[in-house]
Amino acid sequence: MFYREAGQFKTTYAADSALFPILQDKIGIVLILFVAFILVPLTASDFAIDSILTPILVFSLAAIGLNLLTGYTGLLSLGTGGFMGVGAYACYKLATFFPGINIVVLIICSGFFAAAAGILFGLPSLRIKGFYLSVATLASQFFLSWCFIRIPWLYNYNVSASIEVPTRTLFGVPVTGPTATPATRYIVVLAIVSIMTWLASNLIRGRIGRTWMAVRDMDIAAELIGIKLYQTKLLAFAVSSFYCGVAGAMLVFLWLGNAESESFNINQSFLILFMVIIGGLGSLLGSFLGAALIWGLPIVLRTVPGFFNLSIKAATVEHITFMTLGALIILFLIAEPNGLARLWQIGKQKLRVWPFPY
Amino acid sequence: MRAPSGPEIAVGDVLLSVENVSLSFGGVKAVTDVSFDIRKGEIRAIIGPNGAGKTSMLNVINGFYHPQQGRITFKGKARGHMRPYDAAYGGIARTFQNVALFRGMTALDNVMTGRSLKMRRGFLWQLLRHGPALAEEVEHRHRVEEIIDFLKIQDIRRVPVGRLPYGLQKRVELGRALAMEPELLLLDEPMAGMNIEEKEDMSRFILDVNDYYGTTIALIEHDMGVVMDLSDRVVVLDHGIKIADGTPDDVKKDQAVIDAYLGVAH
Repeated sequence: MFYREAGQFKTTYAADSALFPILQDKIGIVLILFVAFILVPLTASDFAIDSILTPILVFSLAAIGLNLLTGYTGLLSLGTGGFMGVGAYACYKLATFFPGINIVVLIICSGFFAAAAGILFGLPSLRIKGFYLSVATLASQFFLSWCFIRIPWLYNYNVSASIEVPTRTLFGVPVTGPTATPATRYIVVLAIVSIMTWLASNLIRGRIGRTWMAVRDMDIAAELIGIKLYQTKLLAFAVSSFYCGVAGAMLVFLWLGNAESESFNINQSFLILFMVIIGGLGSLLGSFLGAALIWGLPIVLRTVPGFFNLSIKAATVEHITFMTLGALIILFLIAEPNGLARLWQIGKQKLRVWPFPY
Repeated sequence: MRAPSGPEIAVGDVLLSVENVSLSFGGVKAVTDVSFDIRKGEIRAIIGPNGAGKTSMLNVINGFYHPQQGRITFKGKARGHMRPYDAAYGGIARTFQNVALFRGMTALDNVMTGRSLKMRRGFLWQLLRHGPALAEEVEHRHRVEEIIDFLKIQDIRRVPVGRLPYGLQKRVELGRALAMEPELLLLDEPMAGMNIEEKEDMSRFILDVNDYYGTTIALIEHDMGVVMDLSDRVVVLDHGIKIADGTPDDVKKDQAVIDAYLGVAH
C-alpha cells in the first residue's frame, strides 16, 4: 500500500535509468544511510560495530568484487582470498614506504596492486572457460598464499610472520592501529564501501556492465556485435580484483589490526564465494545480504542458546553453525539459485500489489 | 535513425563480393570454390538443402571462419585475416539460427548492447555516469527506443529475454542487430520454427528494414515461399558448391536446383 510507484512517471531516459527510480526506494536508501552513518556510530556498542557491522561491510565489498567477476561476467574465480591478500600486503608495504601519505589513500592505492595481480592471473581466461578457468584461479590462490608465507619482505621480516598495522590518523583522529576506536574505523569503512558500491552500480548499468553481461550470457554473439572479449574479461578481472584488494586492505587496517597469511587462504575465497552465491549472483544488493547472512548467522546461533538459558558447549555451537551453513547453501542452490536478492525482489513485487495477490 | 554511415555507394554497386572461396575442416569440404556478390540495397537469399554450407558461408563473411582459399571484398576493400569484432566495426551485423541473445538481460539491455561499439566514453566516465557519459547513454537510448518502436516490442522492454516466447526472441535479436546500424545484415534462418503469423510479421520487418533503413540483407531461409517473395536475388548452394545464382524466377526453373531439392531419378 505504501510501496506503489503509481503516478511516478518518468519523462526522461536519464530518470528512467536512475539508480533508484522509485520514490520509496530513494527514501529508503536515505534512511538506511542516515542510520548507518549517524545512528549506528552514536548508539551501537563496540562489540556490535567491531564484530558484526565492520566485518559485514568489508566482506560485502569483497563479495561485490567477486560478483562483478563471477555474477556479471560469468568467470568463476577461486582466487578472491589471494587478491584480498595482495591488497592487504600492498597496503602494508605502502604504509611502510610512505608513512606520510594518508592511510585512506593508501588503502585505495593498494587496490591497484590487486588489480594488476588480477589482470595477470586473468590472462588464462582468454583461452579457457568454466571449470578450467576456476582451476587456474585456484592455482593463483595457492601461488599468492605461498608468496605471503615465503617472502618475508612482504611482512617486513617480522618474526611472527604477521603484519601489524601502524597508527595513522585522518584529520587528527586515529583511524588505524590500536588507538583507533571501532566507531571511527567503522565510519571510514562505511564511507569507502558506500562510494565503491555506488561506482560499481554506475559501471554495471552502463556500457561496460552490459558488455560484461553479454560476455557472460553468450560470448560468441558478444564478439559479433563488436565486443572485444579479451579487453572485457581483463577489465572485469581488474575491477573485481581492485574491489577485493581494497576489501583486503580494509580487513587488516580497519578491522583486524593485524593479519597473517591465513586470513587470505583458500577458505577465505570459498567464504566470499558462498556469500555471493547465497546473496545472489549478479546483484550488488545480494553481495550485502550474502555477507550479512554468512557473517551474521554464526553470531546469531551463538547467542540463541543464551536466550533460552541453555548451556551448549562452544564446540557444539561451532558444529551447528557449520551444518546450518552447509544446509543453507544446498537449500539455496536447489530452491532459489538466484539467492537472497531474488527473494528480496519477489518480496518487493508482492508489496507492490499488496493486499491483492497479483 | 541515421542512414548507415560510411562512404556513400550508389544503389546497385557491389557491397560485398565472395571470390572462389573454399573452406574445409580437415577432410570435410564445407564450401568449395564459391563466388557471388551482394549488391547495395538488395535482399540476397542463400538457400540450399541441409548441409549445403550456407551457415559456413555466413560464418566466413562474418570472420568466424577463415577460408583456405579465395578472397572476400567488402566495400571495395579486400579483407585480410579478421576477427568477428572487426566485421562488426566494418558494418556487418548478424542474427543466429538458434537465437543467441543475452538471456539474463532485458530486451532493452540486449538492444542497448548492440550499440556498444558506437559508445565512446571511457572507463572513468562510466564509473561516474554523469555529464558526458549519461548524455551518451541517453542519446543511444533514444536510438534504441526507435528500434523498439519499429519492431513493436515496447511492452517487453523490461522482460529478461530468457522468459520471452521464441518469436519475440527472434525479434529482439533482429533489434540488437539493427542497433548496430549495419550496412550488411546477415540473417541465419530468421523464420525457423515460426508459425505462419510470426513468419508474416518477420517478413514484413525484413522488408521494412530494407526499405526504411536501406540496409542490405543476406538471409538464409528454408521456407521457399518466403525466399521467393522477399529476395531480389538467390544463390543456391548444394554440398558446398554453388549450383545456381539469379532472380527467384530463374532459380525456380533451374534444373540443377530442382535436382538438388527433389533428387534425381536413377
